[in-house]
Amino acid sequence: MAWWTREKATAIDVTDKRSVPKGVWVKCEECDEILFGPDLDANLRVCPRCDHHFSLPTRDRLRLIADEGSFVEADLGVESGDPLGFRVDGKKYRDRVKAARKSTGIADAYRAGSARVGGYEVELGTFAFEFLGGSMGSAVGEKITRQLERSLARRRPAIICSASGGARMQEGILSLMQMAKTSAALARLREAKVPYISVLLHPTTGGVAASFAMLGDVILAEPKALIGFAGPRVIEQTIRQKLPEGFQRSEFLMEHGIIDSIVHRRELKDRLVRLLAWFGTPRHAAGHDAG
Amino acid sequence: MSPASTAPVYDRQILEFERPVVELERKIQELKQISTASIDFGDEIRRLEKKARRLQVEIFAELSPWQKVQLSRHPLRPYLLDYVPVLFDDFLELHGDRAFADDASIVGGLARFGAREVLVLGHQKGRNTRENVHRNFGMSRPEGYRKALRLMHLAARFGRPILTFIDTPGAYPGLGAEERGQAEAIAKNLEVMAGLPVPIVATVIGEGGSGGALALGVGDRVLMLEYAIYSVISPEGCASILWKDQSKVATAAEELKLTAPDLVRLGICDEVVPEGEGGAHRDLEGTARNLRATLDRQLDLLVGLAPSELTDRRYRKLRAIGVCEERAVS
Repeated sequence: MAWWTREKATAIDVTDKRSVPKGVWVKCEECDEILFGPDLDANLRVCPRCDHHFSLPTRDRLRLIADEGSFVEADLGVESGDPLGFRVDGKKYRDRVKAARKSTGIADAYRAGSARVGGYEVELGTFAFEFLGGSMGSAVGEKITRQLERSLARRRPAIICSASGGARMQEGILSLMQMAKTSAALARLREAKVPYISVLLHPTTGGVAASFAMLGDVILAEPKALIGFAGPRVIEQTIRQKLPEGFQRSEFLMEHGIIDSIVHRRELKDRLVRLLAWFGTPRHAAGHDAG
Repeated sequence: MSPASTAPVYDRQILEFERPVVELERKIQELKQISTASIDFGDEIRRLEKKARRLQVEIFAELSPWQKVQLSRHPLRPYLLDYVPVLFDDFLELHGDRAFADDASIVGGLARFGAREVLVLGHQKGRNTRENVHRNFGMSRPEGYRKALRLMHLAARFGRPILTFIDTPGAYPGLGAEERGQAEAIAKNLEVMAGLPVPIVATVIGEGGSGGALALGVGDRVLMLEYAIYSVISPEGCASILWKDQSKVATAAEELKLTAPDLVRLGICDEVVPEGEGGAHRDLEGTARNLRATLDRQLDLLVGLAPSELTDRRYRKLRAIGVCEERAVS
């Protein structure tokens, strides 16, 4: 094993944590390439070497999809309560939510509003995975339902970008019921022939997958996103088998006929614009900003 | 107080908190057997019977949420197919999703309920290992939800009310289930059930386990048997994720607020159906009688409504679920 020790000895630590500001150098989670932070950001947080899609902060996601300056956020003040008075070892759920609000600067795990996409008027929403794993409680369910209701009332297509671990346990049965509530709102949208495009990001699982995320008229996904109902660990424990490589990834889902298309982040907006055109969405009267 | 079945009750079929009552009952049985014309234990038997009954009432008055979870999963608890012959006439089971398979963890069929033709649909667990292999412990795969969907569309086309019965640990977390679109199958049921133009009454008769339960649970009324539970996640799953400690199941069960009275308070359950004394497994007839009366009364309130009125009300009911705070944002 001499060659191994030699390599180790010659390795140079390029990320001296004391002198380099955090985030300047990033190691690719997939190919281990060391990337220059600003380059990664400029590339929409996609690894230039292997195309690995890093998670994109919520505000950048909105910026990526909405025409510049067109996003008008709605329901900013909708927040979850603590209907169960849920505690874990004395620690209150209410305090956990407060801490998440403070660290993320957003009210709950979902942001939605009106926007233009390539000049088409839409109701756009996206999960904030950084907020308690994008989990869906009452506030998230309410905001999505309101978004879909606006979509119906204004006859504008709805776009939802999902990234969530599923229903939020700490709000118990009320979280589970948000699946039914949002799906009921979608039923009305479908009935009225207002289009709904579902965009699946890494990861989309549990109660979010098993409701609106899987109900898109068209379902798009980013490459290699984990998408499924049960988490891989739970499945492994149940069937006592190692899961095959790529199981529950976007490519696997497309192969099994569950999603329509896999879209590179760079092409997401163009793809949405193409779909909106096909659906016959009216364009904004004042013309459009190609953004 | 008669047990649901006349088969002998094995020790492993008795929950810890049921044991004092069961032991008294065994003693009573013994006394009855050794009673002869010359030695009469009549007084002693009557005394013990009174005591057993009092003890049972005391124990059941103070059940913890975790004990109710155990009751909802009791090995002797009546399953859908135990209720069907008691509640319905001329049940005709219909099989399969017309695409992949017949998932035996969900049973569906045509039946007459009193004077009404209805669709019966529900989860089915097995009573022993062989049955459980067949029924997959009541954990459904996509083809199960799709069979349910097919039958619900059928009921809607012919104007027949839908009665669903929920009793599942949850959707099956398996490889094939994911390959065949477990999430989509559940989601589709939620969407379609929200808009079906016929009355839907969903009753949780045992375990209401997460998405797999909800996939048969969207309706005009949600009823729960007294010791049924309904939860976003099992207490075991919750304990291992939030407490990182499997021994905290009882605490998790408490925090999750998953009992029938909890769900009434949270505005999810419309009515709790009382079980017979000692739980449904000790009084199938009594429990079924209460269930029949409640289902009949609830259906009476729904069958006269115009389809659009029915679906509007259903939407408003779902729409109102959740507890949010709304802050003014300047």
